[in-house]
Amino acid sequence: MMEMFIDLLFILLKAFAIIIPLMLGVAYLTYAERKLIGYMQIRVGPNRVGPKGWLQPIADALKLLMKEIVIPTNANKFLFIIAPMLSIGPSLAAWAVVPFSEGLVLSNIDASLLYILAMTSLGVYGVIVAGWASNSKYAFLGAMRSAAQIVAYEIAMGFALVGVLMAAHSINLYEIVMQQSGGIWHWYWMPLFPLFLVYFISGVAETNRAPFDVAEGESEIVAGFHVEYSGMTFAVFFLAEYANIILIAVLTALMFMGGWLSPFQGIPGLESTFLAAPSIIWFLAKSAFFAFLFLWFRATFPRYRYDQIMRLGWKVFIPITIIWILVLGAVIAAKASYVTLGLCTVGIAGAYMLFNKLQTASRSS
Amino acid sequence: MTFEKIIFYLFATILVLAAVRVITSRNPVHSALFLVLAFFSSSALWILIEAEFLAITLVLVYVGAVMVLFLFVVMMLNINVDVMREGFIKYLPIGVAVAIISAIEMGIVITGNFSGDKSPALVRKGADYSNTEAIGQVLYTEYLFAFEVAAVLLLVAIVAAISLTMRKRPNTRSQNPSSQVIVKKEDRLRVVKMDAEGKGS
Repeated sequence: MMEMFIDLLFILLKAFAIIIPLMLGVAYLTYAERKLIGYMQIRVGPNRVGPKGWLQPIADALKLLMKEIVIPTNANKFLFIIAPMLSIGPSLAAWAVVPFSEGLVLSNIDASLLYILAMTSLGVYGVIVAGWASNSKYAFLGAMRSAAQIVAYEIAMGFALVGVLMAAHSINLYEIVMQQSGGIWHWYWMPLFPLFLVYFISGVAETNRAPFDVAEGESEIVAGFHVEYSGMTFAVFFLAEYANIILIAVLTALMFMGGWLSPFQGIPGLESTFLAAPSIIWFLAKSAFFAFLFLWFRATFPRYRYDQIMRLGWKVFIPITIIWILVLGAVIAAKASYVTLGLCTVGIAGAYMLFNKLQTASRSS
Repeated sequence: MTFEKIIFYLFATILVLAAVRVITSRNPVHSALFLVLAFFSSSALWILIEAEFLAITLVLVYVGAVMVLFLFVVMMLNINVDVMREGFIKYLPIGVAVAIISAIEMGIVITGNFSGDKSPALVRKGADYSNTEAIGQVLYTEYLFAFEVAAVLLLVAIVAAISLTMRKRPNTRSQNPSSQVIVKKEDRLRVVKMDAEGKGS
């Protein structure tokens, strides 16, 4: 009995060792977002609290902690309070199976990819329940939009992951990363190039981020599903959203960019230096890059119209993923190497883009 | 009582209570949410018998997709519970008859093949045993035909549902996104040079 409690205590400590850096990451991702978008729009962003505004996220958190939680009339009190928890619970639970580096994983379960997919698909409950329990038309509209959008993009996302597990012959994240070792051309972004794009864009849609943020859509429905939320309940939704962004960035890095493997691996001359060694630094750098893309998208793209979102999800992404699963199946059946497939894919994609560029250039001249 | 048993009884109790609340709760949205809770607890029970693939799939498919659509529909309906309960006495005999028959059937199944002393004890496999792989092996070899028939059945259901609900209305206006995307600035915009207009001219 005593040993069991010590085990439990250790698991709890490890969980805290993941959650505390994650929460810090979330806090400073909001700061990075405001700063980066500020610079992209030729502003300075927050610069008052602390040196260069570094204490801004802490001041924001304190402010939200102090504020009153207003519960609207005729709102369903229990569901209204529980909705933010339903939102953040799954987004933290998913981190249990994420491997950070060789041997650095809280729970190396066999079906970790499925587990992640299951957990990320639960996040929508927070949004739907919040929208319904608020007893507000705007919140309800936001919840409806979000539910339809998340269900649509989850299918494309699931199919993209089917491609990954077919290529890796495993549904264990650790195993998927290890299968990609051997150099940058062995990483799955090359042979699974269309799935890589579909997965990342679906990830942006799944987290309700710009340009797919119709669930919040300030210009149309005020703030969507969290119109009625204030103080800490609002902050928890915010935390869940940013934790999900980091999760999607991390998963993209793990499944398509070789996780903690070094990009210099397999290059003659660098093979034996420290640059080619797998390390958590590579993993963090790749994840940070994808998180940066989320912020960049928000500063660049205008919001999609609702029918365009639905069209992109159902009529573009799902067919692409199905076709690519067939291609991958043929490659596996023919026992061809992924590297060949990858080079062909990226070559064709590059040629197509070049052709498009030339065509538009000749059209406009 | 071992730790595992405590967990089993905890989740089993939650499961039964949630299932009862699904049919007794007055608000349909609450019913749907209790059904989600019931799915969750049964998935926890499946984890306890080391069927992790089925447990995760239950959460992924039913909780993550099916129940979201359920909630989506239920929230938009304005169901009047009193009207729904009007025929309660009228349909009571049929309901009771169905309940008795299904109770008897369940009793036969439980006392027959699945009673505790007849079924073999659960074989504990090591941590390296992959439940997912084992299911995949039998599903795509031994039961391939049944599996594919089930897939085709689902496809037929989808096609049927779409053909039942889809109707062409002559007056609807829809946009063609590919023609919208292909438009260039020159196709729509014409810059005209003109002299500034004075106030008095």
